[in-house]
Amino acid sequence: MSHRLASGGRLIDRARDVKFTFNGKPMKGHAGDTLAASLLANGQTLLGRSFKYHRPRGIVASGAEEPNALVGLGKGNRYEPNQRVTTTEVFEGLSAETQNHWPSLDFDLLAVNSLVPQFLTAGFYYKTFLRPRAFWKHVYEPFIRKSAGLGKAPAHDARDPDRYEQLYAFCDVLVIGGGIAGLQAALSAAETGARVAVWEQTAHWGGRAPVDGVTVDGQDADAWIAATVAKLDGMDNVHMRLRCMGAGVHDHGYVLGYERVSDHAPNTDAPRHRLWRMRAGQIVTATGAIERPLSFAGNDLPGVMLASAMRDYVVNYAVAPGQSVVVVTNNDDAYRTAITLRHAGIGVPAIVDARAEADGPLVAKARAAGITVLTGKGIRKVKGGKKVTGVEVCRIDSKGTAFTEKFDCDAVAMSGGWSPVVHLWSHCGGKLVWDEAHHFFRPDASRPPLGVDGAGFVRACGAANGDMGAVLSGAHEAGLTAAKATGATGSAPAPATDSAPDMAPMDAVWMMPRNAEYDLRMKMWLDYQNDVKVSDVQLAAREGYQSVEHTKRYTTLGMATDQGKLSNINGLAILSDALGQPIPATGTTTFRPPYTPISIGAIAGEATGSTFQPLRRSPLHDWHDENGADWEPVGQWRRPYTYLRAGEDRHKAVNREVANARSNIGTLDASTLGKILVQGPDAARFMDMLYTNMMSSLKPGKCRYGLMCDENGFLMDDGVVARLSDDAFLVHTTSGGADHVHGWMEDWLQCEWWDWKVHTVNLTEQYAQIAVVGPKSRQLLERLGGMDVSAEALKFMEWTEGRLGGFDARVFRISFSGELSFEIAVPAGQGRAFWDKLLSEGADLGVMPYGTEALHILRAEKGFIMIGDETDGTVIPQDLNLNWAISKKKDDFLGKRGMMREEMVRPDRWKLVGLETLDGSVLPHGALAVTGGTNANKQAETEGRVTSTYHSATMGRGIAMGLVLRGPDRMGDVLDFVGTDGGRIKARIVDPVLYDKEGAKQNV
Amino acid sequence: MSELARSALPGASYEGFVTVTEAGLRGMITLRGDLAVLADAVKTATGCAIPAQRRVEQAGDKAVAWMSPDELLILCDYADAPGLTASLTKDLDGQFATVANVSDARAVFTLRGAQAGDALAKLCPVDFGALREGEIRRTRAAQVAAAIWVSGPQEMTLVCFRSVGQYMFDLLSRAAAPGSEPKFYA
Repeated sequence: MSHRLASGGRLIDRARDVKFTFNGKPMKGHAGDTLAASLLANGQTLLGRSFKYHRPRGIVASGAEEPNALVGLGKGNRYEPNQRVTTTEVFEGLSAETQNHWPSLDFDLLAVNSLVPQFLTAGFYYKTFLRPRAFWKHVYEPFIRKSAGLGKAPAHDARDPDRYEQLYAFCDVLVIGGGIAGLQAALSAAETGARVAVWEQTAHWGGRAPVDGVTVDGQDADAWIAATVAKLDGMDNVHMRLRCMGAGVHDHGYVLGYERVSDHAPNTDAPRHRLWRMRAGQIVTATGAIERPLSFAGNDLPGVMLASAMRDYVVNYAVAPGQSVVVVTNNDDAYRTAITLRHAGIGVPAIVDARAEADGPLVAKARAAGITVLTGKGIRKVKGGKKVTGVEVCRIDSKGTAFTEKFDCDAVAMSGGWSPVVHLWSHCGGKLVWDEAHHFFRPDASRPPLGVDGAGFVRACGAANGDMGAVLSGAHEAGLTAAKATGATGSAPAPATDSAPDMAPMDAVWMMPRNAEYDLRMKMWLDYQNDVKVSDVQLAAREGYQSVEHTKRYTTLGMATDQGKLSNINGLAILSDALGQPIPATGTTTFRPPYTPISIGAIAGEATGSTFQPLRRSPLHDWHDENGADWEPVGQWRRPYTYLRAGEDRHKAVNREVANARSNIGTLDASTLGKILVQGPDAARFMDMLYTNMMSSLKPGKCRYGLMCDENGFLMDDGVVARLSDDAFLVHTTSGGADHVHGWMEDWLQCEWWDWKVHTVNLTEQYAQIAVVGPKSRQLLERLGGMDVSAEALKFMEWTEGRLGGFDARVFRISFSGELSFEIAVPAGQGRAFWDKLLSEGADLGVMPYGTEALHILRAEKGFIMIGDETDGTVIPQDLNLNWAISKKKDDFLGKRGMMREEMVRPDRWKLVGLETLDGSVLPHGALAVTGGTNANKQAETEGRVTSTYHSATMGRGIAMGLVLRGPDRMGDVLDFVGTDGGRIKARIVDPVLYDKEGAKQNV
Repeated sequence: MSELARSALPGASYEGFVTVTEAGLRGMITLRGDLAVLADAVKTATGCAIPAQRRVEQAGDKAVAWMSPDELLILCDYADAPGLTASLTKDLDGQFATVANVSDARAVFTLRGAQAGDALAKLCPVDFGALREGEIRRTRAAQVAAAIWVSGPQEMTLVCFRSVGQYMFDLLSRAAAPGSEPKFYA
């Protein structure tokens, strides 16, 4: 059984206890523990159930590569599934729950899946669940959902209370990984004067060198690490971060870093996670290597661990993984574990070495310590149920039908060699080479990821580069050349000398024993998290899968949350063997960011709550808010849909506002309308291109309504243009279209007509603009005084400017309602005061603000179109009977050619008409008119659709506009519209202009 | 009529690891045109020479910021902006140049404290380690456009559109929350 040792533990503070709970059970660890270390110290080796078979699973690794030991951390709003216990630092009050078992961790009924594993082999889902079709929804899917999967999603109403943030940062050289190689690379780069940043994903500098007994200049690595960290810390040009993982390397030296700022110390003011968005001139990856499991039967039982992880637990946390440990290996490195265990007083019944001979210095040391070494052997199978009880050993070259030796033990340390962490090197296209000596892929320095200059921008060093012996010299070189590549000119002193014991060559062992029969192979796990076994990959190969990418998807090898950190190389080695080709010919799957999963909170950053999205507020926003505004979004603006008064619903409020505007005075906040200044000697020429109608003929002081189309002739925006002077126009756009229209103008001016002398300035926010609408509107403006707004002085479609009621005002006499109407622009800062003045001065005239819905009804009663209602990107002006606004005199304008295309001149296009329901009801928005027949696809045939529909307070009934097949030619026809209940609503085609057709009311 | 005018968020202020203050009304005038064409008029109006790329030139209570190869921004007292706009327009009459008073279109915030760059680095893709006094950057803060310049020792000024003043204030306050100091630049 695993337990805490009486002494040792370089990362823990025995004086400080930390209390936490595991499945509700109180447990105690020490400060400095990972949750994995604490759990092992408490004798907890069973930590979860596997994905498909619900096999008991325990801790395999000691770091980010852990596939098995995933738990749900926290509760309620802070609950988070699939957290690795190996990378979770234990803290007071931590609460962990195991996952994927029913009803309990110890007794899992779904483990029956494991008794019939042949049912869930590779491709089983594809093969089995196709038929009968109805079974999928009602039988298969519910079963799979219950049985498969790891952690549960947080509750639907849970709201994460923690804060997350992002940080843009810059440096010359970014070193990812704070082991001795990373520290040396950082130091050598920093000595040249370059700006250097170093990230280390764990809470400690130095990596695994201290655990592995590496010495630097004859001293323990710990001493060199402390001195180097202190030195780097003291340099102004160096920035160091612990708990910060290099998540992804992207083009142009853009690197994402995932800093877990306060996971280990919750309930502080600090954000929980910080996502670094680093621009680095050069990147050095010093990300180390990951040990590989060996594939033998029962290699997934709790108690079977990576040999390196085992010595991490002993040395770093003084935690023994068991009382008695069998070590199985194909290399010398695992002997370190045997020696470490023996020094800690833990039994090592045997080292099972697959190699025919073992005689390196570490082997000699183990033998000298009295440990039995069996060569040419492998593990036949691990015995045990929920934990290891022993192993059976057989000859490595056998079929494993019988064992040669048998050992009782409660843990197994395995080492199948190492794989450099090449992920970050590979993210942006760095290539790999197969190293025949170490049997791993390592970065090919001649084919690095390339920057814009065609030169590499990533260098690997240390174990990440495949350097399995001394690393400091290579790391120095990497740091120095990286710094030089960014233009640094300083020099760096020679690095210290690190030394590690000589290692005898390893043997490639991808299956143990090498000729294992099926019953053993189907118990050899490759991908622990997704329950993929040697037999599954072999089956895929037999079924014709050759590409490693296809095999990955078919078997799900490497597709779990650990992204195959342990299984990748073992899996493709099995595939290569099955395909009879060398491993490099098979190649790897694609390494994609992030290196390990990062939180959604970190990705969202500041975009939550009030800063989720920018909310644009007009200068009158606060007034609206204080006066019953019922908001609606218009682009990023909020506009009042209507102003609710006590006892009113929306409908009632809107009717009141419409009626008042038609009889007294309505005021509308039109500040959101786009206002773009177009100025220059070529402004008139430019305006003629932008608009379908003629703008160059507009006289200063006058206004004209215009249409803007895209190149295809589709209607894009509309609005009133005011000519300010010979060379200046003020373009009004729709509220949602302002930024797009401004960009559209600049696009043409900068890319196509770059020699035209035209400037544009977006003045949208410079002005508060207020529409004063209704028969008494002139009276109100005259009462404000200062400006002649009489019918003679300011005619319909004219503008003027001056002082109105003491305000700096530009007054446009335009109407979108059919009433006598003025739009008055004042500087935005004066907007609120002007609005207040209008309301107080006009109180006895019946002045009353109205919202966007009343605006819509007023315009619909007049048959005025609205961009976004009558248009949807497929509508041309001719569809809306706006031919009068399309100039025939102009040689060209944007959209002219598009409008000439066959489809656009088709006589049977749907065109705008008014619609009047026979029963006076309001047509549903978007309702389709059906003919009663069917189309070529046997769908109901349609002949029109509703584009705008309202209850008209003025008419006292529903009014609508719609696009109808040959509509204007069919006045008086009655159409069948489909209601929301599927019923039919009869509506007659009528003239869309319902109110004051002659325009008498606006022209007074 | 500037006594009737109010800024986007009058008096808004947040005390975090940097202090965020809405700076009130500021005069701002956009000038577009060939910078050489603008030079004399700018000199007359402000006393400033044409700023180099990404620089701010200052003379007394007026400053001129480089916005793009054909755009400048004049900074002045709010009350002076209309008059200055008129005189610039007059001076540039007959030239291909555009003058527009944009004072009311903007919200302005001041960030004070040694760690102002660290707070802004949470929102803006700008290398604050390389941003010098008198230098201006047009960039974005989270999801909206912004311009930032180092307006003094341990002081930065940020300009954005008026309509997103509240959004910007919320962003800056959150970025400056005590305990969240990234300590990257300072």
